Amino acid sequence: MADEVTLLNTWPSPFGIRVRIALAEKGIKYEHKEENLQDKSPLLLKMNPVHKKIPVLIHNGKPICESLVIVQYIDEVWKETSPLLPSDPHLRAQGRFWADFLDNKVLDCVRKILLTKDEKEAGKELIECLKLLEGELGEKPYFGGEKFGYVDLSFIPFYSLFYSFETFGNISIESECPKLIAWAKRCLQKESVSESVADPEKVYHFWEQRKKKLGLE
Amino acid sequence: MADEVVLLSFWLSPFGMRIKIALAEKGINYDYKEENLQDKSPLLLKMNPVHKKVPVLIHNGKPICESLIIVQYIDEVWKETCPLLPSDPYHRAEAKFWADFIDKKIFDSGRKTCMSKGEETEAAKKELIESLKVLEGELGEKPYFGGEKFGFVDLCLIPFYTWFYSYETFGSFSMEVECPKLIGWAERCLEKESVSNSLADQQKVYQFFGQMRKMYGIE
Repeated sequence: MADEVTLLNTWPSPFGIRVRIALAEKGIKYEHKEENLQDKSPLLLKMNPVHKKIPVLIHNGKPICESLVIVQYIDEVWKETSPLLPSDPHLRAQGRFWADFLDNKVLDCVRKILLTKDEKEAGKELIECLKLLEGELGEKPYFGGEKFGYVDLSFIPFYSLFYSFETFGNISIESECPKLIAWAKRCLQKESVSESVADPEKVYHFWEQRKKKLGLE
Repeated sequence: MADEVVLLSFWLSPFGMRIKIALAEKGINYDYKEENLQDKSPLLLKMNPVHKKVPVLIHNGKPICESLIIVQYIDEVWKETCPLLPSDPYHRAEAKFWADFIDKKIFDSGRKTCMSKGEETEAAKKELIESLKVLEGELGEKPYFGGEKFGFVDLCLIPFYTWFYSYETFGSFSMEVECPKLIGWAERCLEKESVSNSLADQQKVYQFFGQMRKMYGIE
């Protein structure tokens, strides 16, 4: 029986981009349904009644929610192709640690930059977080080592937002974290990444409009 | 070579209690080091330089941080005994979803309920009770969140039982009235030695919050 895979998503979401990259890495065919978050579909509300958020992966009718949970699920189900997490438990724990860092510390700064007036202060805090990530990358080509892996996949979608962070937050990621920019460009050479990440200019315009609507100018 | 396992934690931390339960379930011998969070040890700062938080598990000299990550690590390394996560990928994803829900929805609203007054307490308590009711719905008629056996989600939530008396007293509500099924579930979990030996005393927790409230002038 062929797998039926559907992704409920919105184009600017870095969390949705994570899932798209994971599906592309594994060569999984799926149906993409763009959601309007101002008018959520009955399907979304049925499949994620607890949070009512995207992304949601629907695999043979069953929903999986929360991007990191979805990515790990994809890695476990389609385990023969392109493993995303390492097999060693300590390295897996490290991978999960840095993905969790992105979803807590980094995301806090991101929310402040995009959704509040404290953009410049949040910009400085973001640079501190990015420097920690740059330290973790070190001289490795990828966070995963020689190969693109779980942390790379979890982080690269935020690249679509770098231009927005720099403009709203009054920071220069290129001058503060040059190794991260080089890493991002390396990731973008992969088709699974370049086909999945959103265009930075489009993303900036999206958030510029959103800020106007929220009266955050 | 025998495993060297050390746990850095603070007695009040529900996240630390998760680790104690996991280690007890697997029958792992370990060295426990109580941290003073007002005066963190050089070892803690060295082992968790990013967050400087407890719990930290140190296994043969290598640190693992963040309680859910530590529990999954323990489950993967000591995989022969008492599996905590199910083997089916979909059920594993479900369990991880609920653990993430607990971390997002219970800890903060619970802490705010205990460490505030007036309107702030009412708002925090409302969010806390709503979230606990969602969990009660997920439990349904099952003996455990894991089904027939105590599992990952049960382990993640049961440490918050030690804060229930504090929630009720500072929040002025009754857990038995609002979430009777959760009380039944908690009592079932407490029959397990790995749980009862790992949880802090509810009254001690309440006294601690009482002192903190005085210190911060929230009386």
